[in-house]
Amino acid sequence: MSKTLKLKIGELKTSLGEIKDFEISIGKILEETWEEEVGPTPFPSISDLRNWDLKLLERYKPFYMPFCDVCCLCTMGKCDLTKDKKGACGLTMPAQQSRIVLLACCIGAATHTAHARHLVEHLIEKYGRKWPIDVGGVSVEVEAPIIRLVCGIRPKTLGDLEEVLNYVEREIVKLLSATHTGQEGSFIDFESKIFHAGMLDHVAMETADIAQISAYGFPKADPEAPLTEIGFGVVDKSKPVILVIGHNVPSAISIVDYLEDNGLKNEVEVCGICCTAHDLSRYDPKAKIVGPISWQLRFIRSGIPDVIVVDEQCIRADALSEAQKIKAPLIATSEKNCLGLIDKTFEQPTNVINELVNGVIPGALILDPEKVGEIAVKTALLVAPKRAKFKATPDIQGVIEGAKKCRKCFECSRACPNNLPIPEALTEASKGNLKNLAELLDLCIGCGRCESACPIDLPIHSFMEVAAEKNLKEEKFKIRVGRGAIQDVEIRQVGSPIVLGEIPGVIAFVGCANYPKSGKEVAEMAEEFAKRNYIVVASGCAAMSMAMHKNGEGKTIYEMYPGVFDAGGVSNVGSCVSNSHIAGAAIKIASIFAKRKLRGNYEEIADYILNRVGAVGVGWGAMSQKAASIASGFWRLGIPVIVGPHGFKYRRMLLGKKENQENWYVYDARTGEKVYVGPAPEHLFYSAESKEEAIVMIPKLCMRPNDTTKGRAIKLTHYIDLHKKIYGTLPNDLHLFVRTVADIPITMKDEVLEFLKEKGWKENIIPDPTLLPRLIRKRRE
Amino acid sequence: MAAEPWQKAEIPGPTKSFIIQKPEVAATLIKKAKHPVLIVGHEAVEEISNEVKLIEYIVKIAKAGKIPVVASGKSFAEIKKFIPVSLMSIVEVGNKLIDPNWSGVDGLGSHDLALFIAIPYYVEWLVLSGIKHFSNIVTISLDRFYQPHASWSFPNLTINDWIKNLNILIRALEGG
Repeated sequence: MSKTLKLKIGELKTSLGEIKDFEISIGKILEETWEEEVGPTPFPSISDLRNWDLKLLERYKPFYMPFCDVCCLCTMGKCDLTKDKKGACGLTMPAQQSRIVLLACCIGAATHTAHARHLVEHLIEKYGRKWPIDVGGVSVEVEAPIIRLVCGIRPKTLGDLEEVLNYVEREIVKLLSATHTGQEGSFIDFESKIFHAGMLDHVAMETADIAQISAYGFPKADPEAPLTEIGFGVVDKSKPVILVIGHNVPSAISIVDYLEDNGLKNEVEVCGICCTAHDLSRYDPKAKIVGPISWQLRFIRSGIPDVIVVDEQCIRADALSEAQKIKAPLIATSEKNCLGLIDKTFEQPTNVINELVNGVIPGALILDPEKVGEIAVKTALLVAPKRAKFKATPDIQGVIEGAKKCRKCFECSRACPNNLPIPEALTEASKGNLKNLAELLDLCIGCGRCESACPIDLPIHSFMEVAAEKNLKEEKFKIRVGRGAIQDVEIRQVGSPIVLGEIPGVIAFVGCANYPKSGKEVAEMAEEFAKRNYIVVASGCAAMSMAMHKNGEGKTIYEMYPGVFDAGGVSNVGSCVSNSHIAGAAIKIASIFAKRKLRGNYEEIADYILNRVGAVGVGWGAMSQKAASIASGFWRLGIPVIVGPHGFKYRRMLLGKKENQENWYVYDARTGEKVYVGPAPEHLFYSAESKEEAIVMIPKLCMRPNDTTKGRAIKLTHYIDLHKKIYGTLPNDLHLFVRTVADIPITMKDEVLEFLKEKGWKENIIPDPTLLPRLIRKRRE
Repeated sequence: MAAEPWQKAEIPGPTKSFIIQKPEVAATLIKKAKHPVLIVGHEAVEEISNEVKLIEYIVKIAKAGKIPVVASGKSFAEIKKFIPVSLMSIVEVGNKLIDPNWSGVDGLGSHDLALFIAIPYYVEWLVLSGIKHFSNIVTISLDRFYQPHASWSFPNLTINDWIKNLNILIRALEGG
C-alpha cells in the first residue's frame, strides 16, 4: 500500500503575499511495513524499462508484414509507404506498422483498464474502500504479483487499487500520445512502447480480477473449483431465458442475486456467452455457459433467449438488431456500449419493464448494475410467454428452397475469413442434403460476413444453424469454473521442476475464438500436452473451446485432468482478466521459489523468467486488440506467444534467428563470462500456419538456458518425438539445443549422437544465465 | 475471373502484382532467375478434388524447374517421399527471404525469386506483403487466387483453369 501526501491551505498571509485555497499533492509515500526494499523501477514510466526492451528486441527482431501499404491517419495523407518511401510526416513503413500495433495495444490496455476502473468503483460503492483484497486466504500470500512487481506496492484493500489504476491510466495516455503525427519516429521505440502497453494491460487485468475475486467471493485459487455446464444444448428452454454477453460481470451478478433474493432461482434460466459467462459461473456455478464469442449469432437466432443483457467488449455491434429479429428485448449496461438506446437508468423499473415487454422500446440503457437484475428478470418472466421462443431461422424446407436460389457467385466464400465452401454446401442443400452445411458450422467463426456479402440476402449463417440443429441440441459439456490465482504452495511445489526443466513447460491456451478450423484444435493441442505432463492452463474463449470436445469415453479435458497447477494438470483460471494469474504464476516462481526480490524489480524478474521459466502462451484464435496487448505483456516478461494463422494479421512477428550465433549469448552470473546457450527460446511472437506446426513449436519454445541436463533431456524428448510424429524426421536444428551429451534423451542417444556428429557439434557449458550485467556475482578470490 | 483479391476486403496498396496471363511468362521468369525457391504451405496435402492431388504438380514443377523446395507442416512429410525438401514455417521463410545475408534453403546463397503455393490465402497475402516492402526479391504466387502483394500472380481461377495453368507451366519448364 502507498499513500499520497496532500497539503491544503485555506488562506495564508505572509510578507511575500497571500495564498487562498492552495492544495498540493506530493507524490507517493511507499508503505513502510513491507520490509522488502523498493527495486529500481516502481511505477515505471514510459522509458524506464526501455533498456530491457532493447535487449529483447536485439534478439527478437520485428518482421513486419504490412496489412496496409498506406497511412491515412492525418490530412496530409493518404501517404504511400511502399518499400522505403516516407510519409509526409517522415514516417517509414516499419515505424508505421509498429505504430499501428501500439495503437492496438493501447486500445487493448485501455479496455481492460476501463473495465477495471468500473469494477473497482462499483465494488467500492457496494463494499467500501476498506474491503480486503483476498484472492486465496492463507494459500496466497502474494496476492498481486504483477502489481507488486510493476508498481512496488502491496494492495490490501479495494481502495488501494485506485492508485494502481491512476498510474496505468496516466501511462496509457502517454503511450497513445506517442502515436500522434510528429511524435515517435523510431520503429524500435514504438516496439518498446508496445511492451509497456502490454505490461500496463497485465496490471489492469490483475486489478480487475483480484477486485472481483475478493468482493464477489469467486473461487479463491481453488484447484478443485466446481465443474459446470457449457454448450448450446445445456440451456433449459422451458423456462424464461436471460442471456448475458460480454466481460464485465456486475449486471449479470445482479440478475442472479435478484433471482435468489426473490425465490425465483428455479423459475428463470441464466446463461452467458464469452467472459461474462466465465465470471458468472465463478459467482454461481449453476449459471450456464453457452459458449465462446463465436456462439453469439447462432444462439441469439435460435430464439432461445427471452432477454439479452450486454455489458462490454467483444459483443456484436448488431446485437440489438439481432435481438429484434427474435423479438427479445435487449438491455445495455455499459456506457462504453450504449447501442443507441435511451438511458432509462433513472426511470421507474416498472415503466421500463412495461415498455420492454410491450415492444414500445426495443431495448434500454440501464447504467446501474443493481437495477439491471430486477428489470431483466421481470421482463423475462413477462416476455417469455408472449414470445414462445420466436426463432429467426427458417425451417428445413426453407433452407432447401433458399439454397435453390443461390447464384454460385462465391461472394460468401470470398467474404468468409476461412474461405469456407459455402456455395458447394448450398448446392447439396438444394438437393435436400444438409450434411455439408451442418459441418460448416463447426468451422464457422460466427462473423456473418457471408450474409452481408450475399447479393440476394440469403441468411446463410441461419441456414447452417438449421442444418446443424441436432448437433447443437446435443452440445453438452463440462468445464471447470475459473479457479483464479495459482496458490503459493503450488508454486513452491512446481518451481524447482519447472526451473530445472523437469516439468517440460507451462502451456497457456488463451484468447479469442477466431480459429482457422474448428475450436476442437485447441482441445486437441491442450490434451497433447496435458498427457505429456506439461502444466496446461487456460482462460477466456480458449478455455471454453477446450471444454467443447469429448474423448472416446464421453469426457471433456476438464473431467479427465485435475485442475491443479502441476504436471498433467489442466487449470481454467477464468475470464480474459484472469490471464493475469498466468503471468502472475511465472512471476511468483521467481519470487516465491527463487526468492528474487519482487518489489519494483521488473527487469530482474523478466530476465529470470526469460532464462528459466519454460512457459509459452498459445492464442490459437487471437482476434482482438486486447489479445494483442495481453501478448505484449507476456513478451516483456520473456514469455513467447504463438498465435494461429489469423494471427498473421497482427502484422508483425518477433522472431529470433537461430543461425546467428552472436544473438544467443548470455552472461554466466557466476563468472561474468559470455556463454553461448543456443536459441532458447527461439522466438518471442510467432504465427503458426497449422495446428501441426504449433504442436512442434510449443515444446521447442519451452526450452530455456537454465534447464538442467535432466530437464533438457525431457524437453528434447517431447520436441524430437513430436517432430518425428508430424514431420517424420529428427529436427534439423537439434544440435543447437543439445549443450552436453547428458542433454540427450537416453532412449534416443545413438540416433542423436550420429546426427550431432554430422553437424560437427561441440559441447557447451551450462551457465547461470542472465542478460543483465548487474546480476553478475563477483568472481571469488 | 477478374484480377482482384479473392478475399475482397484484402485491398492492397498502390503497388499490385502483375497478372500471369500466360503461364509461359512464369516459366521464363523462373528460368531467368539465378537462385529460385519453391515455398509450399501446409495445404498441399489437402484434397482439391477427387482427381487432383496438388502434391503431384508441386513435385513436377520442382523437378522441371530444378527448383529447391521448402515446405511447412504436413506438406514437408509428404513431399519428401518424392524429392529433396527443406522444412521451414512460412513465417520463418518470409523473415529469412528479406535477409540478404541468408544462405538460402540449400546453403547456396540468397534467393532472387520465390514461388508460393498451397498457403492459406490470408497468410500468403501478409507474408508476400512483408517481402514486397522489405526486399527486392521477385515473388510469384502459383496459388489459385490472385495475390496482390506478389510481383506476379495468377488471377482468380477455377480449379480446372488452375490445373491447366500448372500443366502449361510444367511443360514450359520441361521444354527449356
